[in-house]
Parts: sequence; structure tokens; C-alpha cells
Amino acid sequence: MDLFIHQLFTGLSNGAIYASMALAIVMIFRTTNLKNFAQGEMAMFSAFIAWWMLGLGVPYWIAFFITIAVSFVIGVLAERILIRPVMNAPLLSILIVFFGIFVILHSLAGWIFGYEVKVFPSPFPEEAVFGTYITNHELGTIAIVGAMLLAIYAFLNFTKTGLAMRGVAENQASCKLVGINVNWMLGLGWGLAAAIGAVAGMLIAPVVYLDPSMMSGVLIYGFAGAILGGIDNPWGAVVGSLILGVVENLLGTYVIETELRLSVALVLIIAILLIRPNGIFGRTIVSRV
Amino acid sequence: MSTATINPVLEPVKAPPGYVANRAILTGGSRQVTVLALIAVAIVLPFVLGEYRLFQATQVLIFAVAILGLNILTGYNGQISVGHSAFLAMGAYATAILGIEFGMPYWLAIPTSGLICLGFGFLFGFPALRLQGFYLALATFSLAVALPQLLRYKGIEQWTGGVQGLFVDKPAVPAGLPVTPDQWIYFVTLFVTIALFWAAWNLVRGPVGRAVIALRDHEVAAEVMGIRASIFKSLTFGVSAMYTGIAGSLSALSIQFVAPDSFHMFVSVTLLVGAVVGGVATIWGAFLGALFVVFIPNVAEQISSNATWAVYGAFLLLVIYLMPNGMAGGLEDLFRRLRARAPGR
Repeated sequence: MDLFIHQLFTGLSNGAIYASMALAIVMIFRTTNLKNFAQGEMAMFSAFIAWWMLGLGVPYWIAFFITIAVSFVIGVLAERILIRPVMNAPLLSILIVFFGIFVILHSLAGWIFGYEVKVFPSPFPEEAVFGTYITNHELGTIAIVGAMLLAIYAFLNFTKTGLAMRGVAENQASCKLVGINVNWMLGLGWGLAAAIGAVAGMLIAPVVYLDPSMMSGVLIYGFAGAILGGIDNPWGAVVGSLILGVVENLLGTYVIETELRLSVALVLIIAILLIRPNGIFGRTIVSRV
Repeated sequence: MSTATINPVLEPVKAPPGYVANRAILTGGSRQVTVLALIAVAIVLPFVLGEYRLFQATQVLIFAVAILGLNILTGYNGQISVGHSAFLAMGAYATAILGIEFGMPYWLAIPTSGLICLGFGFLFGFPALRLQGFYLALATFSLAVALPQLLRYKGIEQWTGGVQGLFVDKPAVPAGLPVTPDQWIYFVTLFVTIALFWAAWNLVRGPVGRAVIALRDHEVAAEVMGIRASIFKSLTFGVSAMYTGIAGSLSALSIQFVAPDSFHMFVSVTLLVGAVVGGVATIWGAFLGALFVVFIPNVAEQISSNATWAVYGAFLLLVIYLMPNGMAGGLEDLFRRLRARAPGR
């Protein structure tokens, strides 16, 4: 039973990380209808920036927030410089641009910081407060992601800018007519997504260790979680990711060997998608003929 | 010809995935001359190239077939697949196992592998009917992730060779032909490539091709006109898998070795890159894309050995920014501009 509870919490903690990635993906998807495959590498690069600052002796939490701010700026710039010029290109071409960003960040991180695996510190104390059930880092991860979700919820629902962003996600033409700066909102969406990804990167780095490939698995789970919950629904994506984290962990503990975990998780998702093609909480897309 | 007046304003700005109107770079006689000239060059090539360059040339042809397969599905039918490395693996393993377990000669193993992939592709295409766009991408991606792990699985190790993989015999040169085994596998590949490109060229221009394209552009309208979406889309999936499977079969014969790690999901992305950079929904784009994915990594490494893939990525972005419709689209724009400038028109 202890093992079960422990694995349940580990699953929730992993799920929280997947949820941040999923949320970052949904952020960009809602405003631009694009799925950013480079999100994971952006998060990885953010984690490297944090690692570099920590190496210079910057206190953890200061480095944490500076990284978020820097990632936000990088996200906005990426939208301006790299994505906007191809917004009118065919969808597949944009996909390849994402892939280009993916390999460039991956390669640059390896070149600048090295490919060897690095230890990334956890801001939380080693000795467990809650015994064997949950480690402090897992608890801290859940808490930070929870706080971040609340902040984003508040931003989207109770601020004017948040309202404008939701408006842009619904109908860009109408937003332009009422005087919302749509371009700026798209950039803001990218910035926020990069910032959310940065948090995920910094929280997962102590668990999977820091190297240029660390986010590939996480990104797949984030995508899977988002699609499972419904890619147009931020809260569905969060719930989907949490479910995925728990199920994946329990499956890995009790049923199958760890190596096959990813495959089994993906097969499960496809099974669910065959029954509910728009995800568990997604809206059915109705198109006018 | 009907392509003489194309109004750039009428070109779709935000088109469905892979949309490129049916346009031809060259028309009529000049096209036939170009194709024949290219084939002539391809036949002379193995006698002037060194061993390594010849291997690369064979790889280009193999990638061209694989990318063409993906292009039939993604470009012409609008179904995005990020899982075609799985069909590449299926074709390669089918050829290896047919040769080792059943002693099948390579010339029979190539089409048989293709048919096996056709069957699997059709079966996979059937449930995929329910999925669209990125959901389909995820489903195919899962296939690409799962298959190498399955090939490593201990229970079927006696056939697949597990992590070690399998060794494949290089096709024997028919008696009396004055070519080396490397040159022979090149010619086999060239023959298969020409046959498959010719078949694809005819397929996409015929009634089946029009049905497939109609389903991509407007599924409901196509169905109203009497096109059975389920059959055509599954069949397209099957044919696409067959092309890529045959490419896998050829690659097994040319590399003489198959292993799960050769079919990492990254290969799927490479195929997609080739299809898009070459030009979606174009036949010749597959060839241009194959040249890109085989040679640009080498070029990138020569430019910078530290950040090879960053340079590769930069090339990728450059091509997309300069030619949003891929290299085939870019070339065609160039041709049109040149033709418009030529006197006497």
C-alpha cells in the first residue's frame, strides 16, 4: 500500500510537469492553431540558462525568476522573428520551421553547455518531511505548478489582457475590430508558453538530470496529455496530463517493464482517441459545409 | 497549356495541410526530354562515382521512394503521418526475415515486403479514419515509437534478432554482368525507383488520384460526389505504406543490416522534412527532398562540426522562408518568372 501511495504521488508530480508542458502547448494552440513541437527544447534551453546562472553563484529563487523572465522574452522574440514570417505558409511548412527551431536549440545547447549529463539542484531540502509517501521535490513540484496554474487562471479570467487573449483565441477578426492588438497578443501567448515551459524545465531537471535530450520524453507526454484532455481546453489538458502521469507510473510499477511504458501510454491514448476523437474534454469540431 | 495564366492572387493563402495546386514545372515534350536525360545520367552515375558516393546515390534513391510514399499520404491525401519510419522498418525486416527464414530471393522479397506493408498500412489506415490532423500525427507517431521497442522485444527475438538486429545478404550480381555488387544494388534500386515514380505519376493524375485529392481538399463535398472516403483513405494509407516499405526493403539490401535503432522515430521526422522541403503534393519534390536529407547533414558538418544540427536547422529555416511551398514550388516559381521574362511570349 505504501508503494502504491508513493507511486501515486510520483505520478501526480510527473503529471504536474506534463501538465505545464501541455498548458504551454495549449497556450500557443489556442491563439495560433499551431502545435509547437519545439516547446520541449525551449524548456530545456531555459533550464540550461538557470543552470548557468546557478553556476555563477546566483541564489536559486532569483535565478528561477530571472530564467522565467528571460524565457518570456525569448518566446516573444521567437514569435516575432521566426514564426510570423511563415504564418501564411502551408501548415506543413510551419511544422518544419518548428522542427528547425528544435534542432537548432538542441544543437546550440549541446555546443554551448556540453552534451554530458549534469546534476541540476532541487530547491527543496533533501530530508523527507512526509516519510516514504512523497519526496519534498515531488511535493514542491506539485505546489509550484499548482500556484502557476492559479496565477494563469487568474490572469486569463480577471485581467483585461487575459480577456483580450481569450478573445484572440476565439475570433481574431472581431478582436481587431474592437481595437485589440492581435499581434501583440500572439506574441504574449508565445512568451507565456515559453515561461511556463521554463518552469517545467527547471522542475524536471533535478529528476531526469540536465542534458540537451532531457525534454524529449516529457514533451511527448505533455502532448499526449494535452491531446488526451482536449487540445483546445487548457484545464482539460491539465487533467489529461495528471491522469497520464499517474497511469503511466502505476503501469510502470505494477504491470510492465519501464522501457515499454511510453509505448503502452501511447497505445492507451490512441484507444481513448478512437472512442473520443477530440479528447476527453475537447469540443467537437463542427464545420459548416 | 492551361497553366499559362495563373493569378498569384488566386493562390490559396491559408491552405489545408499540404495544399499545392496541380501544376507542372515542365510541360509536354520538354518534360519527357528532362526525365530521359535524368535517367541517362542516373545510369552513367555508378561508373563515374567512388564507392562512398555511389552508396550515397543509392541512399538518395531509397529516400526518394520513402518520401514519395509519405507524400502520397500527406501531400495528396492530407493525412499527416509522423510514423513512416515504422513502415520503413517493416519493409526492411520483412525483407531480412523472408531472406533468412524462407530463403526468398531478393527480387521476390522486395515486392513481397511491399505487399506486407500495404496490408499493414491499410489495416492501420482504417482506425486512423477517425483521426484527423494532429491527432493522426500522434497516432502515427506512437507507431513509430512503439515499433522499434517491439522489435527489441525478447519474445520474438528468434525472428527479429532483438537488439543485435539481422544481417542481410547483398543481392548477387547476375552472372555475366560486368558490375560490382554495389553497382548492382544501385541499379536494382534505380529500376524500382523509376517504376514506382512512374506509377505514382500516373496514379495521382488518374481518377483515383483525383478522388484522393478531392478527399483532401473537401471531404464532405467529395463524399457527396460519390467518393467512398473510408475505402480511399485507407487504401491511400496502404499504398503509401507500400512505397515506404519497399524503400525499407531496398535499404536493408543496400546496408545489409537491419536493427531497431536504424528506425528511430527521428527517421520519420527526416522523411517529413524531405517531403515538405522537397515540395508537398509534387512527385519530383520527393527526389529534391531526398537530396536535401542525404546531403545537407554532410554539408552542415563541413561548415561546423560542433553545431552540425544547428546549421542543418538554419538550412531548413532558410528553405522554408525562401520557398514556403518547398523546393519544387520554388523552382517552379523561378521557371515561371524566367518564362515570363523570355521574349516572344
